[in-house]
Amino acid sequence: MRENGPAAMPRTIIEPQFTIEHLSILDSDGNLDSALDPRIPPEELQRLYRAMLLARHFDERMLRLQRQGRIGTFAPIKGQEAAQLGSVATLRRTDWMVPSFRETASMLWRGWSMEKLLLFFSGYLEGGRPEPEQHDLPICIPVATQLPHAVGLAYAAQYRGDDAVVMAYCGDGATSEGDFHEAMNFAGVWHVPVVFIVQNNQWAISIPLKKQTHSRTIAQKALAYGFPGLQVDGNDVLAVYAASREAVERARRGDGPTLIECVTYRLGVHTTSDDPTKYRSTEEVEAWERKDPLTRFRAYLQTRNLLEPGLEAAVDAEIASGVQAFEAAGPPDPLTVFDHAYGNPPAEIAAQRAAMAARLGRAPQPDAGPPPSPPMRGQRRSWPS
Amino acid sequence: MAKLNMVKALNLALLQEMERDPDVLVIGEDVGVDGGVFRVTEDLHRKFGGTRVMDSPLAEAGIIGASVGMALYGLKPVCEIQFSGFAFQCFHQMENHVARYRMRTQGRFGCQMVVRMPYGGGVRALEHHSESEEQFYAHIPGLKMVIPSGPRNARALLAAAIRDPDPVIFFEAKALYHAAKEDVPDEIETMEIGRAHVDRAGKDITLVAYGAMVRMAREAADRLHEEDGAEIEIVDLLTISPLDRETLTASVRKTGRAVVVHEAPKSFGPGAEIATSIMEGAFLSLEAPIRRVTAHDVPFVGFARERANLPDVARIVDACRETLSF
Repeated sequence: MRENGPAAMPRTIIEPQFTIEHLSILDSDGNLDSALDPRIPPEELQRLYRAMLLARHFDERMLRLQRQGRIGTFAPIKGQEAAQLGSVATLRRTDWMVPSFRETASMLWRGWSMEKLLLFFSGYLEGGRPEPEQHDLPICIPVATQLPHAVGLAYAAQYRGDDAVVMAYCGDGATSEGDFHEAMNFAGVWHVPVVFIVQNNQWAISIPLKKQTHSRTIAQKALAYGFPGLQVDGNDVLAVYAASREAVERARRGDGPTLIECVTYRLGVHTTSDDPTKYRSTEEVEAWERKDPLTRFRAYLQTRNLLEPGLEAAVDAEIASGVQAFEAAGPPDPLTVFDHAYGNPPAEIAAQRAAMAARLGRAPQPDAGPPPSPPMRGQRRSWPS
Repeated sequence: MAKLNMVKALNLALLQEMERDPDVLVIGEDVGVDGGVFRVTEDLHRKFGGTRVMDSPLAEAGIIGASVGMALYGLKPVCEIQFSGFAFQCFHQMENHVARYRMRTQGRFGCQMVVRMPYGGGVRALEHHSESEEQFYAHIPGLKMVIPSGPRNARALLAAAIRDPDPVIFFEAKALYHAAKEDVPDEIETMEIGRAHVDRAGKDITLVAYGAMVRMAREAADRLHEEDGAEIEIVDLLTISPLDRETLTASVRKTGRAVVVHEAPKSFGPGAEIATSIMEGAFLSLEAPIRRVTAHDVPFVGFARERANLPDVARIVDACRETLSF
């Protein structure tokens, strides 16, 4: 040190090195680390497995429907059932669920009917309408843009004095978007009751995680926003459940947001328009198939003697009746396109509706016509001329 | 009744709507403690506190996106985007979500919210602080687009916008913030959104304007009256979308001529829709082509040359004379 010179100004450590935890409770063979057993009641375990099986079979059925031209493009979830159900199952009905576009399992759990999901992927907006008491947002397609909505919902719940928690989903690709950053930042600053579930399924269409971020984990991104981030084995439903339950409880008692990175894998295509053989190897997919979330959970339940007989047939029957309900619905009514564009519609909407009604040989005003036909319709009927 | 400028009048609307409805809250950059960079939200933070008058992080998509969530929950956020030139950073939220939530959920949810933004030139401000982008919002189905022209209608339209079940993009002309004071009633006043106002009646030509251009149109009408003896009818749109075609058509059926003025660039601007609507509704009454007086089709020119680019009284007078003598 120089004498009579300026004081030394050493670099000081203001943030000690951080740690990121990874939680795994069931290994890929279904063996439990009993020290970490989240002690989920047996009926809840059975409910979870049933939901995982239903989601898997429904997803496979949707793929066949799409290949047959009976529904349009959709984003399959195969491989991500544990990440979705382990998290969503920790919510109350009065909590809010904010999906992206690959949350079929979470949506089924929250009460979205198969009929509605099929309608949605057949181009019917009716498939995006939550029931009046349902606290869910609809499928959101522009990546990460739903995350700020979740923060706003959580703020509003807090503002009204409700104890609702909001759970929002996104994928690894979404973490590169500006809206991801803005949502995390707002959530941290506002300290709102929101839980972000990032399903890191390794691929954003053809872009692998290593081209998406240079961060070692996605979980650690939360720390920069001032709230906890945790990585879990996303194919281990018990780990996802344990982490989500803790995060939801933390949010509900006013201790703010959490980010949970579920490390999982998209076993199928990005969407039904995608061919993943162009960008990833069969060996990689096979390695992840050995970590299938259903296989290990099933093995675990078997050791506990909790597998219900006849379950496969029961979920298939449920799916068959959902598909049947979807296909039994009548043809679309083109005049309904005007019904929900505005709450207080301008004159021009009425004029355009009247013009369409005239072309269709129908009454010009909604009130003057025959009673509106049911809104849900199958896709294969012809468009009325 | 008090004499207020537009800033004070807008502030009064916010104050009174917040007093009457606890679901109304204000969110934006510097809107709280500072009272907004143009002082429109002054004193609201002191009166209602930081949970209702929220200083947000500096992030436009976050402001609009979080407000969508609040609106879906049943609150009525009034967002301030500090300058309309910054709104492209939240344009995706407005187009993808604010405008569409009612349709996407088939009426289950709507976004009852207002997005206030100062817009327009004439205040010697830098790039991104002086532009007019109303055409982008006016083109989006599901949104309403309102631009007041003076303190009294600004106050009444903002109150109406807050109560409207549909999302309203509310542009405030910076050039008008302190331009004039008007008598503004103390008691709450609203105006119907979607209605144009015949600002001045006349028989020779319909001059269509909105926002800061209404003042310009009045000056041009005065000059045409003094120098040419022409009687100019000024239609102040007040709402850009939904466009009040009825008032426009009725006026042109009477005058047979129309000139449209706006600060936004010419091509594919609001003038095109206005002129087409007049043509559709009053074709047989037209005595001359409809002319447009607008900014040129160039990106922002810098405020040193702004006057060369934006409409001025002389250009409006010339366009009216050409139309009158066609």
